[in-house]
Amino acid sequence: MKRTPLFPYYAGYPAVRCIDFGGWELPVQFYGIQMEHDAVRGQAGLFDVSHMGEIWVTGQYAETFLQQLTTNDVSRLKPGQAQYTLMCVPEGGVVDDLLAYKIAPDQFLLVVNASNAEADFEWLNEHLIGDVVLEDRSERTALLALQGPLAARIMARVAADDVGELPPFHFRFDAEVCGRKAIVSRTGYTGEDGFEIYVDAGDAPHVWTGLLQAGEPDGLIPAGLGARDTLRFEARLPLYGQELSKRITPLEAGLGMFVKLDKTGGFIGREALARQKEEGLKRKLVGLEMVDRGIPRSHYPVFVQNRTVGEITTGTQSPTLKRRLGLALLDSEYAGLGTEVWVDIRGKRLKAVVVKTPFYKKSQPSREGEPS
Amino acid sequence: MSEVKENLRYSEEHEWAEAVEGKTVRVGITDHAQCLLGDIVFVETPEVGAGVYAGESMGSIESIKTVSELYSPVTGKVTRVNASLVDRPEQVNRDPYGEGWIVEIEVEGDLEAELGKLMTADRYRQIVD
Repeated sequence: MKRTPLFPYYAGYPAVRCIDFGGWELPVQFYGIQMEHDAVRGQAGLFDVSHMGEIWVTGQYAETFLQQLTTNDVSRLKPGQAQYTLMCVPEGGVVDDLLAYKIAPDQFLLVVNASNAEADFEWLNEHLIGDVVLEDRSERTALLALQGPLAARIMARVAADDVGELPPFHFRFDAEVCGRKAIVSRTGYTGEDGFEIYVDAGDAPHVWTGLLQAGEPDGLIPAGLGARDTLRFEARLPLYGQELSKRITPLEAGLGMFVKLDKTGGFIGREALARQKEEGLKRKLVGLEMVDRGIPRSHYPVFVQNRTVGEITTGTQSPTLKRRLGLALLDSEYAGLGTEVWVDIRGKRLKAVVVKTPFYKKSQPSREGEPS
Repeated sequence: MSEVKENLRYSEEHEWAEAVEGKTVRVGITDHAQCLLGDIVFVETPEVGAGVYAGESMGSIESIKTVSELYSPVTGKVTRVNASLVDRPEQVNRDPYGEGWIVEIEVEGDLEAELGKLMTADRYRQIVD
């Protein structure tokens, strides 16, 4: 299995548990999901997400190329800005969801899901135009995510530049963290304030240790994939393979604001998505709260009377809200708030009701450009 | 390293059984099992009076991350369930051999014979260490 440069450091935590996450040996928890989840909501948590893929796109035609490949409008980015976007197949399903960073007019950094990184590179490569050059720098790039309400305070102690001033979805290309060169962006996947920090793989242990030391007085602890999943779930941030796939379109997943059907030049999947929008969505991603006692989980079927009307994409007992919640892709006629549906939980049909999402919203003003 | 208590019997599915009174055994999951599951948020138990069978599912235990079957280590009838787990399932994490017990079962056949089919603490320790 593949390991990140920080793998040797996991062993220092007696309660650490690693799992196979798409071929990567990664920690699902360092202490416990609840404790790590609470730390991120209340103070701060540090995630090793070095498994994510980093693909650099360079050339005079880089922007034109990305306009064609992605659903959001790359031309709106200035150097130093990033956006959440998606790549689709012509039928409208999703190849991957990603962050696109505009480094310079002729250079972009795409940050993609680890499990899709190879396929994404292939997909991009098949559609190359003009002078565009792709470079997969995933192996030599480590990615740390410092997330939580105290993240800015902690960063101020270790960053040479005032990265605390960065607005959401802005980044500094030439930042320095713990004395090492880094790209620092005001982004994350938890529904909290925070930063994502890209460093050379060789610098990762130094920066990881430095950040943990700097944040210790504020309650910073390392957090694993388990808490990352519950945090993003409460904030209704989609996970590829659950809320998104080749068979689910961004519109069905409720990500219409990241699909710019009218941008110049169009993009792969535009026609299918425009048609889907015009005809009306047949399925929608909604929030469910269990009325009966039971916890919904991925792929559990959802019923109304004896008809299957959809399935759960993600579900758990929300660590923040202590409610039994799920995201479900349902036939649109059952997607209205307050609709009663029945989740088949291992053979038992248990009642649930459609509720508003996101389940959790941080108290400060919401961040532009995040899926909602 | 997880705790294995000396005077209990253990199943391969990481349940423990302890003779409490007459033909009744108290059942729970081991420290090793609760460790693997992580933060437990829901315990689905069989109802009092339900028949349960050794090695077969009698309920489920859910952590934040996953669901796991709860197997009965013995064959018999459920006589009591730990009602406090409804509001405080985390007791299974905190005290798996004490406050976190799950059900009591009246063994159908011979108590000694039924418990004899389960592992001793020494044997179970070899499995989890």
